[in-house]
Amino acid sequence: MRSGNWSRPALTEDWQNGGFGLYVHWPFCESKCPYCDFNSHVQKHIDQKAWASAYANEIKRVGALTKGRVLRSVYFGGGTPSLMEIPTLETILDEVRDTWTLSNDVEITLEANPGSVEIDRFRGYRDAGVNRVSLGVQALNDGDLARLGRLHSVDEARRAIQISQNVFDRSSFDLIYARQNQSLNQWKTELEQALALNAGHLSLYQLTIEQGTAFGDRYNAGKLRGLPPDDLAADMYDLTQEMCEAHGLPAYEVSNHAYPGNESRHNIVYWKYGDYAGIGPGAHGRLTLDGQKYATVAKSNPRMWLESHLGGKAETVEPLSPQDMATELIMMGLRLNEPLDIQRFERVALQSFPTETGQYLHDIGMVEFKDQSIIVTPKGRPVLNAVIAELISALA
Amino acid sequence: MTDLAHIRNFSIVAHIDHGKSTLADRLIQSTNTVAERDMKEQLLDAMDIERERGITIKANTVRIDYTAKNGEAYVLNLIDTPGHVDFAYEVSRSMRAVEGSLLVVDSTQGVEAQTLANVYQAIDADHEIVPVLNKIDLPAADCDRVAEQIEDVIGIDASDAIRVSAKTGIGIEDTLEAIVHRLPAPTGDRDAPLKAMLVDSWYDPYLGVVVLVRIMDGVLKKGDNIKMMQTGAKYGVDRIGVFRPAMTVVDQLAPGEIGFITASIKQVRDTKVGDTITHEKKGADVPLPGFAPSIPVVFCGLFPVDSAEFEDLRDAIEKLALNDASFSYEMETSAALGFGFRCGFLGLLHLEVIRDRIEREYDIELITTAPSVIYHVYKKDGEMIELHNPADMPDPSVVDYLEEPRIKATILVPDEFLGDVLKLCQERRGIQMDLTYAGSRAMVVYDLPLNEVVFDFYDRLKSVTKGYASFDYQMTGYRQDNLVKMSILVNEEPVDALSTMVHRDRAEMRGRAMCEKLKDLIPRHMFKIPIQAAIGGKVIARETLAALRKDVTAKCYGGDATRKKKLLEKQKAGKKKMRQFGKVDIPQEAFISALKMDN
Repeated sequence: MRSGNWSRPALTEDWQNGGFGLYVHWPFCESKCPYCDFNSHVQKHIDQKAWASAYANEIKRVGALTKGRVLRSVYFGGGTPSLMEIPTLETILDEVRDTWTLSNDVEITLEANPGSVEIDRFRGYRDAGVNRVSLGVQALNDGDLARLGRLHSVDEARRAIQISQNVFDRSSFDLIYARQNQSLNQWKTELEQALALNAGHLSLYQLTIEQGTAFGDRYNAGKLRGLPPDDLAADMYDLTQEMCEAHGLPAYEVSNHAYPGNESRHNIVYWKYGDYAGIGPGAHGRLTLDGQKYATVAKSNPRMWLESHLGGKAETVEPLSPQDMATELIMMGLRLNEPLDIQRFERVALQSFPTETGQYLHDIGMVEFKDQSIIVTPKGRPVLNAVIAELISALA
Repeated sequence: MTDLAHIRNFSIVAHIDHGKSTLADRLIQSTNTVAERDMKEQLLDAMDIERERGITIKANTVRIDYTAKNGEAYVLNLIDTPGHVDFAYEVSRSMRAVEGSLLVVDSTQGVEAQTLANVYQAIDADHEIVPVLNKIDLPAADCDRVAEQIEDVIGIDASDAIRVSAKTGIGIEDTLEAIVHRLPAPTGDRDAPLKAMLVDSWYDPYLGVVVLVRIMDGVLKKGDNIKMMQTGAKYGVDRIGVFRPAMTVVDQLAPGEIGFITASIKQVRDTKVGDTITHEKKGADVPLPGFAPSIPVVFCGLFPVDSAEFEDLRDAIEKLALNDASFSYEMETSAALGFGFRCGFLGLLHLEVIRDRIEREYDIELITTAPSVIYHVYKKDGEMIELHNPADMPDPSVVDYLEEPRIKATILVPDEFLGDVLKLCQERRGIQMDLTYAGSRAMVVYDLPLNEVVFDFYDRLKSVTKGYASFDYQMTGYRQDNLVKMSILVNEEPVDALSTMVHRDRAEMRGRAMCEKLKDLIPRHMFKIPIQAAIGGKVIARETLAALRKDVTAKCYGGDATRKKKLLEKQKAGKKKMRQFGKVDIPQEAFISALKMDN
């Protein structure tokens, strides 16, 4: 562990501004998608019992550190957590209930592929306690689904969306746009179809080429053609905002849209810089313990994680400095379409807010200030990285 | 001491890569001057940069003992000269210190422009010249053709050129015999007052300043009190020696000999190449002819990328200047780049060498501004000022006219590329002086403004001729022309480091080209940025860099926070390396790249 301890009473309660959630990472997929840089592995035989008990042990360990907290959300991400067998999920959620008090409106989300095998498990997941599902639909045409390496068809996706809406309290799906050779009109049509499916929540991501993925390799070799130029990508972003808003699904975050009240409570923990425990291979966490906030990262190799999870040996723990927290609070908080409390920033960051830079960003229309808080304007959101970089550069 | 008849002093003239250093190595090796185990490639080029670029900057010398086939023992002194045009004056002094030259020509390539410049120096110095055709072991060698070319282009008899492969050792013995029998012995009078020519000098961390000398008349001994005739400085000689090539102390140096002295001289600046060293008492009355102080002709600003490294840069520049009298510097303040130095160099290679050494030996990242020449600015009140930096250009209302330095450029090029070379020279305001052919190669001579050459002329020449052209130049003088200062405004603010002097007729074209370049070089910002070129208050070109429209991370969840934070920190460090003008960040490479002309 790094030296230095910035422990102080003010921080002890700060996480409550964002709440407390649990992230569970299931690292396995049936196949690897070419754009995905998440920690996912393709493995034929998975000892579900061993994994269930490893997760349960981790929950016990983290629970001991966070005694007395009220858990607001659980999120099963991956990988493809819908490859988890129902008893595995039951074991994990039973342990969660034994460990923490759950808030009345606790949100338990499972990421799922819209394939027929998964659809058949939906009811079982619901009975185990899952009340929200997030479907990785990604595209509404079969050609692009194949190019994105997805194993399902558009018909299967539509069926999955429909069934999930019947089975779960809340259902969301993901789409990737600004894809290769996609025109503005094609996206408009696709988004119209998506909105017509009446999901209460949509995650709409612009395709990002990440290093270390198949797309990344192809891109580096100059073989990933037809990606939209920045201006077209910007037009697509603008169009997305317009159409979703008109449909009553405004963006509450850069890429996330919801009917009011339908936002992902778990993800809001991240953006409001609350505390979250991350368990499972490669999972990240942020935990405030004795007035010090720590970043945790679990070993990403599934076999090594499974072998060493006991006793916390599977993760590294680093204390976060006020500078780290200042950066993270701004980087995460400005993604939301709600104000970030400047006094909270100053308490956490142990430095004053860069007013001059803030004023400059205001003058060029990127941010607004009201009641001691800052919010990024609709004009600033598409260039949020530049806005954040400007603020971060002004920090001590 | 060796009698004059058994001394031969010579230099080697060659184009880069024609094998000068390899031949020198072979001569040293075959006479057992250096033990086999101490032999390393290109023994005479000491500095890393020299070794990497295959060029020699400082004159080096080696004394070779050779017993000829006639059984007599000879002392052969080789002075290895800097071969580059930037050091033309230094070359001329080295040439005056010896009586003959080996003209080394690559038998697969033929005569190049640099060969010509240096061989003319040798001819000027009345040298006996022995042509050597090198690399005859290569299949592409064509000795007859190259010999003919030497006769055609240079006009010296090449019928008995020595055929050599310095690499394999063929012809080395013949070369040594030719040095003994075809080059003249030096002359000199040991009883006359001392006259020793200062050929070169450098700083040695253990010995202080080491001075390379050639004794013309008289005898120089340890303990002698000497006087530099040009500077008037007086010293006591601490040490006398010769290079074998390691420094070897001797008691005295007599006429015809080449060696070194140390004399508690503090700085290389105190020694002037070409000066005459004599005894303080009963010295010579008249110095050796041809002395000229070296004058910088190309200037540029050197600024630290990280402004916190300014003091380190000062330290580095002062240390380098100790060992290089021809390099000048003065502090410069730029609104754009902060504190730095305006430095003067003998030429472009000299500039690059100094810049590389600062970056490499002192580990300071530099922003180099566009090289500029010295303009003569004649003001209406009759005063003439030398303009080293476009930023210092006086207000046009007080300026009568400007003069710029011109050069005579000699370019040798295979005729298939001749059209492109002529086009390039025309574009650079050249006036054709001569065009002749030697076989399938053309030799063109152009009168060009130095300003048009100092920046990227050589790069462009190499690119339009696929590397087959060779180029050399000499300064010819100043000429009046219609020159103006062009300023660049980024987001309405003038950026002083981007100001340039241009010919009025080309200002619009250059201005447009620079604005277009800058539009590509400056990243998009959150607002649109006008980029303008102006002469005085008049805008002559304008581009607009559109505002950034999209730069947002699509996915940023709990698992992404650490990685994205690191990216931001990297970006923050990168931002520090850009230069801020108002709210515009200009990347450092823009200061040089914006000036490059692609067409």
